[in-house]
Amino acid sequence: MSEAKGMNLTLKVWRQKNASDKGKMVTYQVSDISPDMSFLEMFDVLNEDLLQKGEDPITFDHDCREGICGMCSMYINGKPHGPLDGTTTCQLHMRNFKDGDTIYVEPWRAKAFPVLKDLSVDRTSFDRIIQAGGFISINTGNAPDANEIPIPKDIADEAFNAATCIGCGACVAACKNASAMLFTAAKVSQLSMLPQGKAEKKKRVEAMVAQMDEEGFGACTNTGACSAECPKEISLEHIARMNRDYLNAKLTSDNV
Amino acid sequence: MKLDAKIPEGDLSEKWSKHKFNVKLVNPANKRKYEVIVVGTGLAGASAAASLAELGYNVKAFCFQDSPRRAHSIAAQGGINASKNYQNDGDSVYRLFYDTIKGGDYRSREANVHRLAEVSGNIIDQCVAQGVPFARDYGGLLDNRSFGGAQVSRTFYARGQTGQQLLLGAYSALSRQVAAGKVKLYTRTEMMDVVIIDGKAQGIITRDLVTGKIESHSAHAVILASGGYGNVFFLSTNAMGSNASAAWRAHKKGALFANPCFTQIHPTCIPVHGTYQSKLTLMSESLRNDGRVWVPKKAGDKRKPNDIPENERDYYLERKYPSFGNLVPRDVASRNAKYVCDEGRGVGETGLAVYLDFSDAIKRDGEDTISAKYGNLFEMYEKITGENPYKVPMKIYPAVHYTMGGLWVDYNLMTSVPGLYALGEANFSDHGANRLGASALMQGLADGYFVVPYTIGDYLSQMPYEKVSNDHAEFQKAETEVRERLNKLLSVNGKKTVDQFHKELGLIIWDYCGMSRTAEGLKEAKEKVQKLREEYWTNLKTIGTQDELNITLEKAYRVADFMELGELMIDDALNRNESCGGHFREEYQTEEGEAKRDDENYSYVAAWEYKGENMQEELHKEELNFENVQLTQRSYK
Amino acid sequence: MQQNFLRYNFESNLEYLNDMSWLTKTLSSSLGRKVIMSLTGLFLIIFLLVHLIGNLQLLKDDGGQAFNIYAKFMTTNGLIKVSSYLLYATFLIHIVYSIILTRVNRSARPSSYAYSKPSGSSSLSSRNMGILGTVIFIFLVIHLQNFWYQMKFGSMPMTSYGGMEIKDLYRVVAEAFSQWWYVVVYVTAMVFLAFHLSHGFQSAFQTLGINHKKYTPFIQKVGLAYSIVIPGLFALIPIYMFFTCNS
Repeated sequence: MSEAKGMNLTLKVWRQKNASDKGKMVTYQVSDISPDMSFLEMFDVLNEDLLQKGEDPITFDHDCREGICGMCSMYINGKPHGPLDGTTTCQLHMRNFKDGDTIYVEPWRAKAFPVLKDLSVDRTSFDRIIQAGGFISINTGNAPDANEIPIPKDIADEAFNAATCIGCGACVAACKNASAMLFTAAKVSQLSMLPQGKAEKKKRVEAMVAQMDEEGFGACTNTGACSAECPKEISLEHIARMNRDYLNAKLTSDNV
Repeated sequence: MKLDAKIPEGDLSEKWSKHKFNVKLVNPANKRKYEVIVVGTGLAGASAAASLAELGYNVKAFCFQDSPRRAHSIAAQGGINASKNYQNDGDSVYRLFYDTIKGGDYRSREANVHRLAEVSGNIIDQCVAQGVPFARDYGGLLDNRSFGGAQVSRTFYARGQTGQQLLLGAYSALSRQVAAGKVKLYTRTEMMDVVIIDGKAQGIITRDLVTGKIESHSAHAVILASGGYGNVFFLSTNAMGSNASAAWRAHKKGALFANPCFTQIHPTCIPVHGTYQSKLTLMSESLRNDGRVWVPKKAGDKRKPNDIPENERDYYLERKYPSFGNLVPRDVASRNAKYVCDEGRGVGETGLAVYLDFSDAIKRDGEDTISAKYGNLFEMYEKITGENPYKVPMKIYPAVHYTMGGLWVDYNLMTSVPGLYALGEANFSDHGANRLGASALMQGLADGYFVVPYTIGDYLSQMPYEKVSNDHAEFQKAETEVRERLNKLLSVNGKKTVDQFHKELGLIIWDYCGMSRTAEGLKEAKEKVQKLREEYWTNLKTIGTQDELNITLEKAYRVADFMELGELMIDDALNRNESCGGHFREEYQTEEGEAKRDDENYSYVAAWEYKGENMQEELHKEELNFENVQLTQRSYK
Repeated sequence: MQQNFLRYNFESNLEYLNDMSWLTKTLSSSLGRKVIMSLTGLFLIIFLLVHLIGNLQLLKDDGGQAFNIYAKFMTTNGLIKVSSYLLYATFLIHIVYSIILTRVNRSARPSSYAYSKPSGSSSLSSRNMGILGTVIFIFLVIHLQNFWYQMKFGSMPMTSYGGMEIKDLYRVVAEAFSQWWYVVVYVTAMVFLAFHLSHGFQSAFQTLGINHKKYTPFIQKVGLAYSIVIPGLFALIPIYMFFTCNS
């Protein structure tokens, strides 16, 4: 779009030197921003500028920039990943903003996601939830033929819908309770729906929920913000399925 | 140095089974006495780390991302090949082997590729058992799609997110071993060097990217699964953090680097739209089934695409390749896009794009049909470019997305340094000069799940249980070197930022060692890269210290290695006086302008040995012997 | 950084929690607490209906006879007595657990956002159940003090039907609702209750894992109707009585 003119924007960005620093919002001006730029490319431009001025560039997490790795994590104008639904920060483009806009950019905020520096947070709590039981216990080489157990298409599709989770943490960032229910439920739900995952169904849900609580995430109050802000639009049905599995496990499993 | 690929004797189809019987085993009780380091947690790394831990080895796994689940394998879209023959369409291990050898333009090892085809089926079994939700048909059985370079349907897929689902499967297996205490996981940790003691790789030096802490880790063996080096080009479909530093460090410590000039350029990517552009996004190859590629006939025609009348358009692929048309293979499509843009007929703001037009298809099949086929791709395109491809033709341009070259490995996937292994895209072994679609995922998982767990035992069984202490003088020395190198990067105190250098480097490599190459151009590029590298160490601008989270330093460290690797790519391209697969030397083409191999003189793996700072690397040749397939010339007219 | 694996490994977790019974463990987990909120909430929802049916007697044009007989029955029947203790317990648990959950949820985000815009992704009532609940709780105290306490422990006017002397609660109610500000308090409280129910009703089902393509839309519709109709009828009574008593 050659006719479009560059935009001038005011950015209010969270700066925090390290985990123990208090941190504050700092205002920056960026000019001549092309509407075709991605949000992160706008940050690249700002960072180059800061570096040239001898200031520390802003640390932010990003990697694939294709909306699939789940690394990018900015809370933009009061919403995780910014104003567009079903879109990660890296896929958000500047044409969604107007010349003269003021944009607030903050890190995910949750006790279980401590800030490392600036906009970068530590999400290893998610890894630990998966380690607690987000797997099917099968060693390499043990597998039967892939077509041995037919899986109805609708179940395979629904399991896939849960499995699209990219582990970005937007659900936690969006939730007023910083709850990790959607993340945890997506994995629990995916594996409990599939026949392969049924054997460990009860143990898995008990362990993953216990780990989720241990990490300091809040409880679910069913506001639905997680699902609404999820870049992969994962449904609340998975949370219900986990609730069901959990109740069932607690009432009937042998773990006393 | 004599290169011994250690290919087992015997019939092609029996080599792997025989080899598995012949390798030495480590008894289960002794496995826990060995420790293995795995660098990288993509498909190859995560699958290897998990499988080795399941066997009983102690594993340390490292990745620079904040979680193993973010490795760039996650971005693979299309699928994974396996010769299951579920479709009853005549697929077999041998056919997958043959297609891969041919697709690689006869520059890969028969034995390795056959093994890859043999284990391909097991990969699918394994992944399904892990809960990977592959696409299924209404009967509940696995579905397949077809892909370029094959006449059978053997590609298993999970919508457009196959890489993600496979990686999450491997990640879950890895997580299970972390919980079991068999794998120690180090995230946001970068490998800075390999430590070689008594000629064997016995550990690595790492930097904690959050605190900057430099640490030594000793082990009985080191596995590099650190991915490819496409980011030498700055712009590629690789992730921003994808880097070659681990492989390059290993290379500088003695591991040979094979076929660095073999890079794959994908024809259908969203074009560059400005100098600020940070990365390129792939659009599935399947679009070429219905889209027509064209540019204006006149150079410099700035009219809007819909204002250019039919008779002033050049559908150049259909014109030049009447029988394959828009469906010519990746390398041919890419090269021709470059030609028309070089002639000044490129479109868009930069002139570096061609149209991929769906208007005829929409007229023929209706918008609904096209939307059903490509809806999500069109949506993604619109999200990125702000243009509606139903109304305006898409603009596409080729982009770097895979590197076939990599660390030289033998049949056991061991590099030329004993105890140092390379897996997945980090090695060179299976794709020759061109990789077929849906084969990268297959290779990464084959290496990690089914090859290295067997072959590493052969090496470890000869190692003492006692591992080297990480207080060993070699570790101390390496740590000091790392700190010094980082300090050096921080103390240049120049004016140009890392990104500026990286962009310049990328442009040189792209222009001279990209889609088509000439001896003259390559020589010029070599000089340019050398000059740029010199400037890098005198005019680089960095900030901060090495004892903190320092994104500028991380990049500076990686780009320094890209500078050196870029030059080796040029050397290799210059040495290979033939055209094959992704390597197209303009001097060596058929009369029709197609790649012309020179099997007589270049049917070898070019493995380069590092000889020291600013020294010309030494070329070692591993002859490729084709006992089972007939070498032929490709034609798509 | 090295990931310090599981802080809370499942196997070891079982060991160290061995002295706790599975039930206490479950009820102190985030999901367990939510189940408590859900079950108590559903019980209270049913109670509302029962309560309303009784209150509707107030609208009968019989000088309060039906209502007073109903009130007598409610205070003397043994079965009702038992259920009333259950009801008190339910209220208490619902309130106590909401306080616990709110505290846990608050602590999950120690530093808040400088700029937050949640309105697009969740409803106002879903985000403010605690505040809505608090207002309802305050109302409840006033309400109990005025009628329940009076009926049980206060000095009540008496009336007689067919020779039977019973407490004339109707008169107390009628007097209360003849004051406009009293009506305003009641109606306002019912608006808060409506919002509380509009989220609470369907949320209770979601928490119990009842979410299904076939039934959820139905549950949501019933929930919405319930949260409008029940508080609406509750609010109608004081309004009606205000006008009939003052005319």
